[in-house]
Amino acid sequence: MKRHKDYQYAGYLYILPWIIGFLSLQLIPLINSFAYSFTNLQLLGTRRFIGLENYAKLFKDPLFWQSMKVTFLYVLMAVPCKVGFALLIAIILNQNLKGINLFRTLYYLPSILGGSVAISVLWRYLFMDNGILNNILSFLHLPTHSWLGDPRLALPTIGLVTVWQFGSSMLIFLAGLKQIPTVLYEAAELDGSGKLRTFWSITLPSLSPIVLFNLIMQMINAFQEFTPAFVITQGGPLNSTYLYGLLLYNQGFKFFKMGYASALSWILFAIILAFTGLTFFSSQSWVHYGDNV
Amino acid sequence: MRKRSKTRTFVSYLILILLAYIMVYPLLWMIGAAFKTNAEIFGTISLLPKEPVYNAWADGWRGSGQYTFGRFLTNSFLMVVPTVLFTVASSVLVGYGFARFRFPFKKLLFMLMLSTMMLPGTVVIIPRYIFFRKLGWLDSYLPFIVPAALATYTFFNYMTVQFFRGLPLELDESAKLDGCGSFLILTRILLPLCTSMIFSVIVFQFVWRWNDFLDVLIYISSVAKYPVALGLRMTMDISTDFDWNRIMAMSIVSILPPVVVFFSAQQYFVQGIATTGMKD
Repeated sequence: MKRHKDYQYAGYLYILPWIIGFLSLQLIPLINSFAYSFTNLQLLGTRRFIGLENYAKLFKDPLFWQSMKVTFLYVLMAVPCKVGFALLIAIILNQNLKGINLFRTLYYLPSILGGSVAISVLWRYLFMDNGILNNILSFLHLPTHSWLGDPRLALPTIGLVTVWQFGSSMLIFLAGLKQIPTVLYEAAELDGSGKLRTFWSITLPSLSPIVLFNLIMQMINAFQEFTPAFVITQGGPLNSTYLYGLLLYNQGFKFFKMGYASALSWILFAIILAFTGLTFFSSQSWVHYGDNV
Repeated sequence: MRKRSKTRTFVSYLILILLAYIMVYPLLWMIGAAFKTNAEIFGTISLLPKEPVYNAWADGWRGSGQYTFGRFLTNSFLMVVPTVLFTVASSVLVGYGFARFRFPFKKLLFMLMLSTMMLPGTVVIIPRYIFFRKLGWLDSYLPFIVPAALATYTFFNYMTVQFFRGLPLELDESAKLDGCGSFLILTRILLPLCTSMIFSVIVFQFVWRWNDFLDVLIYISSVAKYPVALGLRMTMDISTDFDWNRIMAMSIVSILPPVVVFFSAQQYFVQGIATTGMKD
């Protein structure tokens, strides 16, 4: 039993900054945004309780449903691609080849730059109608496309910015791969297990907690993606890249409909919670923690 | 060790090199474009300029309005450097508190802290804006610095807790016998062992804050206070069709500081990533 006198209350002093920050910048704002979502709050003027009106309006707004569709498509395309790619490259890199450090650094480089405006600007130039990609394609006598002008292609083109930044997830996988005990591989080899079989029954199960972590973190980020949609396409063409982050920004900070935007943000919060929960829940069947490998 | 065939090694290298080329190609193209004439930028597929021109850098730097790009860069440093320093200080204190002390509700508080790592930033963006507006902090760098001082970039607290837990308790105990108080133990004994952790905090927070766009877009409204992210977007918006090489040159300038910080600190923090893992 822990006794009262064992407590070291000085600990509270050290975590005090976080306690203040948690209350004033996280917990109270979270409660406030919930409260605001039932009001007609604007930047100026009074606010009035309007019950569920914001939510009712939002479900009738075609732009809300459009951005919902776009965002789900985006998350379902970009996140599995990014995490899968990161895993694949991590496995290739994990073979004790020479010069691995150089490749690791090169692949990680986009993750340092990726979120910046500069990269979004660059993307616009690469994929413009007369941009470099189309120049290369026509040089090779391949058909060119209007990457950012075609409503079917614009979203995947923007999603590439995210996939391009697979390096951060890759590093986490690499760290995880290093921790798989070599004994397991030696045992598999003794049993005459093939490469693919070894991958399915040893590598993947051992990495599954890390796959879960990467999937969840990337999903939370992808649901809130903003910069590329804002800088590269402004949501167009025909609202085909109107990501939820853009909708939230426009309602809250362009039109200053802050009550409405708060309702939007809580819908997003609920979706992210549901998705994270779902991923956790499903993980019981595919994530293996150390003891039962 | 597993045996490896020559073909497999060859195929691995082929994939790695091809991929590296595709990944880095956009960046190489950007560098080349900053030295090309505007006619050449979209006319050729060669990375290297035929006849390099150098005016893009000076022209771009001068900007087209009343402020030079130097001003935007300075602003970014004025915003990011204090934010990073406060993040280091606060995350070290909080990490030490959680890793080395026993106090009531510690488990609960730690769980709460972990769960905020998953709290989407967009949910609190409006109340925070209204709160900072009431305090008169809009159009200043306080909305970035104060949250750092109050340890709300929770990811870093988690990182420091993990790191402190990895340091042997005997260090603290022998220092305690010598009469050191808990703060002296932290500053004299433990911190000197934390260089890789501190470098990780510095590098990641620097890179993330430098690249941050949504928050600066919301909080910073006067051009005189624009950090590079906003300065670059403004340059792009007001440019005519003939300024491509200038925009590419200034894009390079704007991403240089995080790249320099990353590479100069790389050797110190690779270990840090490996031990704690890291997010996007």
